[in-house]
Amino acid sequence: MILPLLIAVLCLGGFAAWYSEHKSPDAPRWIAIITLVMETILVVGQYTATKHLDILTTDLSPAWFADFNRPWIPRFGIGFHLAMDGVSLLLITLTVLLGFMAVSSSWTEIKNRQGFFFFNLLTCLAGTVGVFLAVDLFLFFFFWELMIIPMYFLISIWGHENRTYAAIKFVIFTQVSSLLLLLAIVVLVLISHNHTGAYTFDYFKLLNTRIDPDIAIWLMLGFFIAFTVKLPAVPFHTWLPDAHTQAPTGGSVILAGVMLKTGAYGLLRFVIPLFPEAAHQFAQIAMTLGAVSVLYAAMMAYAQTDLKRLIAYTSVSHMGFILLGIFSWNYLALQGAVITMLAHGISASALFMIAGTLQERLHTRDMGSMGGLWSALPRLSALALFFAVASLGLPGLGNFIGEFLVLLGAFKVNVLLTAVTALVLILSPVYSLVIIQKAFHGPLQNQSPLSDFNRRELASLGLLVLATVWLGLCPQTALNVSAPALKQIMQDFVVMEH
Amino acid sequence: MNSNQLVVFAPIITLSLAVIAVMLTIAIRRNFVLTCSVAACGILMSMVALGIACKEIPLQATLLIRVDAYALFFIFLLLLAGLAVLGFCYDYFNNSEGENEELLLLLLTALLGASVLAVSSHFATFFLGLEMLSISLFVLIGYPLKQTRPLEAAIKYLILSGVSSAFLLMGMALIYAQSGELSFSGIGHFIANQSAMNAMILSGVILIVAGLGFKLSLVPFHLWTPDVYQGAPAPITAFIATVSKGAVFVILLRFFISTNSYPLLTVFSVIAVLSILGGNLLALLQNNVKRLLAYSSIAHIGYLLVAFIAGGSIASSLAIESVTFYLVAYFITTIGAFGVVSVLSTSQTEADDISFYHGLFWRRPWLAGVFTLMLLSLAGIPLTAGFIGKFYIFTSATDGRLWELLVAIIIGSGLGLYYYLKIIVVMSMNVEATMIKTEKSSSQWISKVILAALSLLLIWLGIYPNQMINIIQFISNTIK
Repeated sequence: MILPLLIAVLCLGGFAAWYSEHKSPDAPRWIAIITLVMETILVVGQYTATKHLDILTTDLSPAWFADFNRPWIPRFGIGFHLAMDGVSLLLITLTVLLGFMAVSSSWTEIKNRQGFFFFNLLTCLAGTVGVFLAVDLFLFFFFWELMIIPMYFLISIWGHENRTYAAIKFVIFTQVSSLLLLLAIVVLVLISHNHTGAYTFDYFKLLNTRIDPDIAIWLMLGFFIAFTVKLPAVPFHTWLPDAHTQAPTGGSVILAGVMLKTGAYGLLRFVIPLFPEAAHQFAQIAMTLGAVSVLYAAMMAYAQTDLKRLIAYTSVSHMGFILLGIFSWNYLALQGAVITMLAHGISASALFMIAGTLQERLHTRDMGSMGGLWSALPRLSALALFFAVASLGLPGLGNFIGEFLVLLGAFKVNVLLTAVTALVLILSPVYSLVIIQKAFHGPLQNQSPLSDFNRRELASLGLLVLATVWLGLCPQTALNVSAPALKQIMQDFVVMEH
Repeated sequence: MNSNQLVVFAPIITLSLAVIAVMLTIAIRRNFVLTCSVAACGILMSMVALGIACKEIPLQATLLIRVDAYALFFIFLLLLAGLAVLGFCYDYFNNSEGENEELLLLLLTALLGASVLAVSSHFATFFLGLEMLSISLFVLIGYPLKQTRPLEAAIKYLILSGVSSAFLLMGMALIYAQSGELSFSGIGHFIANQSAMNAMILSGVILIVAGLGFKLSLVPFHLWTPDVYQGAPAPITAFIATVSKGAVFVILLRFFISTNSYPLLTVFSVIAVLSILGGNLLALLQNNVKRLLAYSSIAHIGYLLVAFIAGGSIASSLAIESVTFYLVAYFITTIGAFGVVSVLSTSQTEADDISFYHGLFWRRPWLAGVFTLMLLSLAGIPLTAGFIGKFYIFTSATDGRLWELLVAIIIGSGLGLYYYLKIIVVMSMNVEATMIKTEKSSSQWISKVILAALSLLLIWLGIYPNQMINIIQFISNTIK
């Protein structure tokens, strides 16, 4: 019963925040905080549930520790089926954490129509949580589409100067690709219908569908394109720099921290388990795409002058690691991909929050007109340095663990690609240090007095610093949560191969 | 005609009586509110009669008419749409000068024609129903006498509709000349006994398709649509987009299912692809909301046609189910969208230019919310009935392996998103605070109630479509 509550709390909180705007303009953000606190309590409750695996009443494997299944549209065998394993739990935790960050970074930035803003923020989070929980393909698609619309409003109403273009581009990219996903889902269901004579959209029932290899590769591509557009990977990444640059800070945090992870999650949860043979054939191409994303986006990042655009390209680069890791399909690489999801979610959000703060104070994102901020904003600059080196993969911080595990796992599968990808270890310091060099060092360009981070901002970024250090020093705590789930996914795969 | 037949025919008889009642009311006392209530009562009585007729179906009442669950369901849908349009008309015309009572009379005769189409199983009723609908529409479109646009639209519709009726008649004549049959079942038997498709029958069917293509405004028979949509008063546009097109699609589906003549799939496929792509591409260029919705409706009938084509190769019950669900969603959405336009318009100025919608979110948030919901449903976004409808189209097209058409749908949906979002963007633009205050608050409570009901229905069907699916599944198994 907890699982639907996880979604319902966020939705209801969203409506409450919207409604509360009439009472007081400050009320929506407090309601958003209260909602997220309630959500946190529910999520923490789930961690204790991981220890009592016997409570599961269904016939799912022990990797799943919560399950909720009700018929929804029996005509097509569609159920309201939610289930949670370690991977979804970690990602939902990330979602809630970044939810707080998004609210915190919107605290003063959003000045008009706050009620509707926090409504969209919370419903967007609700959609994402739904995506991480749904194990009915129709329901998954439902949430998958549902999280796009609030994000569209966040960008198109509260975004920056070129918001309309960016918002429409974002929706059209994700929507058209998700129609391919819908098509692939429907074909998969009809194939299973032909075998068994019954419609079902249930993930667990579709896992063992026998599909003609020629068709399977097309279906796999339908899923793959939808997820890599969201991830994003080259060549489907062009919407991301625009969307990120134009989104308000809160929107960027959600977009980079959580929404991109839904693509990675989809690849991990659906593409490979549902179409193991096709994915195996396709693995080389997918890994190459991953490597190309890593290197190309890193080079593109170096060429940017717009701070947010630069960070957006580094996101694409890090997501390439995830693509590489998932299609290497061994335990190490998968663990690496999961850790990269978490660590990148944290570091990218932190960088976007810093960029957002700078924009709020300087009214520009252009690094050419920053310079010398270290003397004016020492606390902000120190935190920026911390997250810049976290993002370049300094050992001891979360990103390093993820990328190291991915490279280690991928090395077993494809030595050449791994070696080429590792070149990014040269490129990423370059772009990370470019941020520090251009924005914070050198002579101070802006002589007007600037206010440094206040307590609220320090507290939120401090939390993220802790999380990054924690992931870097004790990654085993996170690895333990995802281990049974990943082993289960891989086991399904092995069973089908023979 | 025995008593059973009279009972199943009661809804249509009631509607005819309502027409006479409205006519007499106008003759006795010319009062818009009074006439509106009489017309609304007539429609409601007819719905009650539908409930009674339910018990006797399916029944072939004379050679001309077949009343089954399919027919009654669609009559109910058409009457509901008519009732909603009546509500919008009340708010739209109530304060305008001139004599507007006859409008309601024409609305009822148009509904009568549409209902006759839904029960028709014979060329005679087919043609009668269609003409009754079209002739009422000419006058309805041109009802605001002193303006040029409605007049232009009415003349355009009159001429093109006349031509299309001529096509239709010629097609019927060719089929009759060859088979000697006018009833659908008779034609079905004749075709079934033929070894190869007869050239005369084939050309007859093509002509009928061309005639109906005009009414459904499929590309390449669509040229009248944007002008008529733009010129007609907003509630009447809602009526044309739903009742007129819906009734024609109902008879199209019944004709092809009951004569079992699916010979023209390639022709239909070409028309469907052209409609989807043409409608969406042309809609991209529009800055006028009514014209934009006109082109988008062309595309939507194209989507609908895909499910219809799939009926040629899959179980016809799934195709009927898809078409019916999509039509229901389309009715709700289109009436809702034009309802918003109608609430914003007055009988002097149509709120059809995109600049009318600038910052609507902050001026009239509820109205803008409803419009957004309708547009998202047209775009097929989840939580709305439009999504379930699109899911149905996808399912039947995939089942029928119509890959080319599916590609067209995907491209069309991508294009569609762009122009739906464009309206939403305009509505969410920031406006000066002074503009917000000058907005007059007019009480158009009937329209508002209707819009609220439509929105709830839209979300209800989007979240919990199960009951509707059960009903539709039942009716799709009864058609013959």
